[in-house]
Amino acid sequence: MSEQRVTRRQFLSYTIMGVGGFMAVASVMPMLRMAVDPVLQVEAGGDFIATTVKVDELTNEPTRVDFQFEQEDGWYTSNVTQTAWVYKDDKGEIIALSPVCKHLGCTVNWNSNKDHPNQFFCPCHKGLYEKDGTNVPGTPPRGPLDRYKYKVKDGVLYLSRRASAVRGA
Amino acid sequence: MLNKVYDWIDERLDITPLWRDVADHEVPEHVNPAHHFSAFVYCFGGLTFFVVVIQVLSGMFLSMYYVPDIERAWESVYYLQNQVAFGQIVRGMHHWGASIVIVMMFLHTLRVFFQGAYKKPRELNWIVGVLIFFVMLALGLTGYLLPWDMKALNATKVTLDIAQSTPLIGDMLKTLLSGDEHIVGAETLTRFFAIHVFFLPAALLGLIGLHFLMIRKQGISGPL
Repeated sequence: MSEQRVTRRQFLSYTIMGVGGFMAVASVMPMLRMAVDPVLQVEAGGDFIATTVKVDELTNEPTRVDFQFEQEDGWYTSNVTQTAWVYKDDKGEIIALSPVCKHLGCTVNWNSNKDHPNQFFCPCHKGLYEKDGTNVPGTPPRGPLDRYKYKVKDGVLYLSRRASAVRGA
Repeated sequence: MLNKVYDWIDERLDITPLWRDVADHEVPEHVNPAHHFSAFVYCFGGLTFFVVVIQVLSGMFLSMYYVPDIERAWESVYYLQNQVAFGQIVRGMHHWGASIVIVMMFLHTLRVFFQGAYKKPRELNWIVGVLIFFVMLALGLTGYLLPWDMKALNATKVTLDIAQSTPLIGDMLKTLLSGDEHIVGAETLTRFFAIHVFFLPAALLGLIGLHFLMIRKQGISGPL
């Protein structure tokens, strides 16, 4: 046959492959989309939480600030308390550091170790950070402490729900 | 009576060759500890499978009491451990078996490695074996979270940190595993539960089936 006609066998195999492929995709696609949903969800929590701290009260000495917000975890809502170490640097800029150690997630404290004054100290594996959150070389942490974003409204300090990593600091 | 039932079925389905094939399969002398005691090293694969069967069965029974929910998980484990008759035993089997299966699998791997039994034509079976190893480790890792105590929670936080340190896709991978960008909570527990109880065992059974098919087809490697 000169004109490239599709044989009966080819037609059948194309049809079966097409229908089979459609059925496979139609059944698996919704499941996969369901599984990856958390990855594709746009985070709504861009809002800032009011703390009880007035900006005027802040000094250049880091102070512990606790603030609460309602957290939605799937079908659970719960009250979560976050902690920040807040101070004003030399230029008067507010710095709000996360107390979560960048080594294995323990909680760091300011000025808590007599051998390392004016540093953040992690009791778990003796991690150290400078006042601005920079990790001290030779101690376990692999990066500087995360920072909260902040906002000032009516003289009150507002902090972001989550601290984010400092890139290239 | 039983013979008659068997004959009745066999007459219709001819099932004798199915089990005869397995039952008449001779154990070669060099892998039989009755002939050479040192041949006990050949038992580790079979022991691994034995413990896997125990894990599957004890896991099935544990799931009669376990609830994968952040408010109830710990209590349900506490209840089955302390209130249910033999609950402590069954949970103990699952707990210790999880470690023993890794040890047995490791010994089996060492034997195959040092005897060079992975060489041609058995390379594919080695590859499937390594995949089984990964699935087993993942089973241990996901099962660790399910009691939902502090040890489980903190271990999982470290696990997720490790996943997050993957180049390029780390953040996505972490969210995919934990169900939320920041929270290790309700969605993490249900995910780990589903992976531990459905996805990984299904993968494991498929891979073990392949592992056995291949060793049957190719036969065990000869004596050293």
